[in-house]
Amino acid sequence: MITKTQEPLIFEKSVSGRIGCNLPVADTPEVDLSEAVGPVRKEVVWPEIGELDMLRHFTNLSRINYGIEVGFYPLGSCTMKYNPKINERTAGLSGFTNTHPMQPEATAKGFLEVYASCMDILRELTGFDEITMQPVAGAHGEMTCLMIIKAYHESHGEGEKRKYVLCPDSAHGTNPASAARCGYDVKTIPTGADGNTDIAALKAMLNDEVAAFMVTNPSTLGLFEPNISEICRLVHEVGGQVFCDGANMNAMVGTTRPGDHGFDCMHLNLHKTFSTPHGGGGPGCGAIGLKSHLEPFIPGPAIKRGEDGEPYLDRNRPLSVGRVSGFFGQSLMAVRALTYLLAYGKQGMSAISRYSVLNANYVKARLKGVLPAAHDRPCMHECVLTAKEYKKLGVRALDLSKRLIDYGFHPPTNYFPLIVPEAFMIEPTETETKETLDKFCDALIAICEEARSEPDKLHDAPFTAIVGRLDEAAAVKNLDVRWTPASTADVAG
Amino acid sequence: MTRKIAFLAGHPAMTYVPHTEDDVRSMLATIGAMSIDDLFIEIPDDLKLKGELNIPDQMDEHQLLGHLRMLSERNLDLSRVACFLGAGMYDRYIPASIGAVISRGEFLTSYTPYQPEVSQGYLQTIYEFQTGIAELYGCEIANASMYDGPTSLAEAAIMGASLQKSNRIAVSACVHPHYREVIHTYCWALGMEVVEMPERDGATDWNAEIGEVGAVVAQYPNFFGVIEDLKAVREAADPAGAKMVVSADPTACGILPPPGSFGADIVTGEGQPLGIPMGFGGPVLGLFACKREYARFIPGRIVGRAKDAQGRLGYTMTLRTREQDIRREKATSNICTNEALMALASTVYMAAVGKNGIRSVAESSVRNAQYTIDQLEKAGAKRKYPNQKVFCEFVVDLGRPAGPVRDALLDRGVLAGLPLGEVDPRRENELLVAVTEVRTKEQIDSFATAMKEVLAR
Repeated sequence: MITKTQEPLIFEKSVSGRIGCNLPVADTPEVDLSEAVGPVRKEVVWPEIGELDMLRHFTNLSRINYGIEVGFYPLGSCTMKYNPKINERTAGLSGFTNTHPMQPEATAKGFLEVYASCMDILRELTGFDEITMQPVAGAHGEMTCLMIIKAYHESHGEGEKRKYVLCPDSAHGTNPASAARCGYDVKTIPTGADGNTDIAALKAMLNDEVAAFMVTNPSTLGLFEPNISEICRLVHEVGGQVFCDGANMNAMVGTTRPGDHGFDCMHLNLHKTFSTPHGGGGPGCGAIGLKSHLEPFIPGPAIKRGEDGEPYLDRNRPLSVGRVSGFFGQSLMAVRALTYLLAYGKQGMSAISRYSVLNANYVKARLKGVLPAAHDRPCMHECVLTAKEYKKLGVRALDLSKRLIDYGFHPPTNYFPLIVPEAFMIEPTETETKETLDKFCDALIAICEEARSEPDKLHDAPFTAIVGRLDEAAAVKNLDVRWTPASTADVAG
Repeated sequence: MTRKIAFLAGHPAMTYVPHTEDDVRSMLATIGAMSIDDLFIEIPDDLKLKGELNIPDQMDEHQLLGHLRMLSERNLDLSRVACFLGAGMYDRYIPASIGAVISRGEFLTSYTPYQPEVSQGYLQTIYEFQTGIAELYGCEIANASMYDGPTSLAEAAIMGASLQKSNRIAVSACVHPHYREVIHTYCWALGMEVVEMPERDGATDWNAEIGEVGAVVAQYPNFFGVIEDLKAVREAADPAGAKMVVSADPTACGILPPPGSFGADIVTGEGQPLGIPMGFGGPVLGLFACKREYARFIPGRIVGRAKDAQGRLGYTMTLRTREQDIRREKATSNICTNEALMALASTVYMAAVGKNGIRSVAESSVRNAQYTIDQLEKAGAKRKYPNQKVFCEFVVDLGRPAGPVRDALLDRGVLAGLPLGEVDPRRENELLVAVTEVRTKEQIDSFATAMKEVLAR
């Protein structure tokens, strides 16, 4: 098959009697099942398909899916950088994959060293005193930071009093959602016209009922917050804590350290900054960094280094918030991240921030004539542009984005941050060549020209994808989230 | 073009950053900046890093592989011993096809399918995953996906209680202790109360007095391997005004009546046994299935079918207004990035083993477990809770501390299980043993022989 076509569901290919793997079968004596386990179910309606046809199914589906290895993926806020193959090779070593989280600690020293090495490097890169890697995704790391802050306030007898968490209006949705999952009420801090935090508005909201301020730095506008130290000082003055959303750490690696800015804690997305693959929406890995006053509250067991430098599990954590996930975190992701960190090492680390910032500013400069930046300042690792002038022509940012698909590119992030009209958020990352960026900018310039000459056309883009824009309202109304034998008949009819 | 980069002068070229000196010069000219440093002008000088980072030196690919291999060899590779350790992570066979599929760059290096037109492949596999998990658990719908078994169960308990407008949940003492810890952490943060339903003879006392609660939480089979009476859970939940929430071993559901068939409102589980390596505990996969009427309240992503303007069928994320990026603090959960790749691994597992394979894996596990029970009893390890039915895991009382016995057996190439004293000091003499389809009669016989020798000492 050399053209891309839609695939039937795997369930629709099922033929009774086929199987897709030569599975091991017990060589122990047979037993009476109902005597052993009690009532037994009749069957599990899973597909029956041979191994080759099963692989063709998934291979063909992969051909109608876009990844970084297919092409440029400038999805803002997501840091879609190259995921090095050596990471997959190291994480696939049998001594890592075939290790059980409850095997004796003395037989898992390699993994403890992987974690401890990762933590040593992340501590140095972020400027924090302590790292824990038990949170398993970015939002999970945010939530864990807020739990730790909550426990910290409780330890001072201020748990009841401090009931608010402040978030900028430009924040990722996970920030307020994580605050809500920790029982906090959320108040929104406006962003000033210059793109920085509105300090006067912040001051007006600060009092001893504030538990924390969640700040993304660089902000989701792609701008470094120049007043960050002053902001941290103001929040600390009323006894609040300052959390740094580390989604944009890529702009800072090896150049500046959030721990030096005055933050009390932060989360890191290892799948963004440190190249573990995004996997279609996970697994993530949400390491968090903390100043020493928050260390007593981290999830247990904690991985520590002894005086001899050997890592061990510290299970005696009386003030800990408790476990936030089943075991130690995304262990195989820690292997990948460590491989990546060592590939750069002390000599190369700052290249991550320097070349990602160069690429973003280059794209911003090249597109200036057609899609101006929301704020005319040097951007960090991503640029937020606005397509508002095309709205007058009846063309939305999403229309421009969908047309990019026809030119072979994944669209950038649209309509975020919420405070920029017709936002077009482009994050090229450091791993893209100038040639790729030029092709992308040329395409976008051509599309903006189309928007002026034939605006109606763009409403129907993309034209070359396997499907066009789907009726999402109808999908909600006629909710169809699983196959049944009857649904095949319905669709056919 | 020269490949040398100023920052790497004297060091090997860095392949992940492809810029040449000519590129940098030309890009800076377009930007109108003199140097890359100029682009960082908005960072106050006193916040800029000065001097060298105190981290290890750069390594080339060959050095990296050697270093990480050395670290991996400091772990006991369980493929080199007979592994009878379970307790929530199981040594099950992983079909070779899974690695081939999930390492394809089109899947591995994509992200959340916000743009359905270029994500149809992944979206379809998610729809297939939802179908397979809902079927396995006997539920109407499933999401895709949650972080792991414990967080999925905590989210389900909170969702169940929230549906009942309650602030209290009742959790069986026979639920895995790590799962209970995560539930406590999540509930503490939200100011919710957790009450415990006591254990009696290895199973939960579902008649215990719990008062009004919003959710009753069970594990099936439970932490001790015992197959809980789910009919009794439903009967305990109803008068308490509670939703019935069950964390179920997906492999066990290949043979046992699924929780949905007992009227469970929400069924969660650890998806690791479905084609995912143990990997020292992660990444794994949280499963989450429930009744269709709760669709608008569930956490995480759900994929639905829809049509485009030409009537072509396609897949897209749906019920998005539950989610954090739209609903912010009013979202049903803060979950964003989940375990998509692991869900894909499980989808391939489902396709590879199919209807007959999941039954075969479950049956082989039962046979091997029953044989191990018999052999260990002959070796002097006394079965605890002999009146209870188990799937593939069970507790034996060794009459002496189980930790040293486990260690002595490990010297003989057998990882015997989990000494329960590690999670409950009152159970110092007890060992939790798991037996999967990959254990052989020969390995089980060696285990029993070694156990007999160690116990005789």
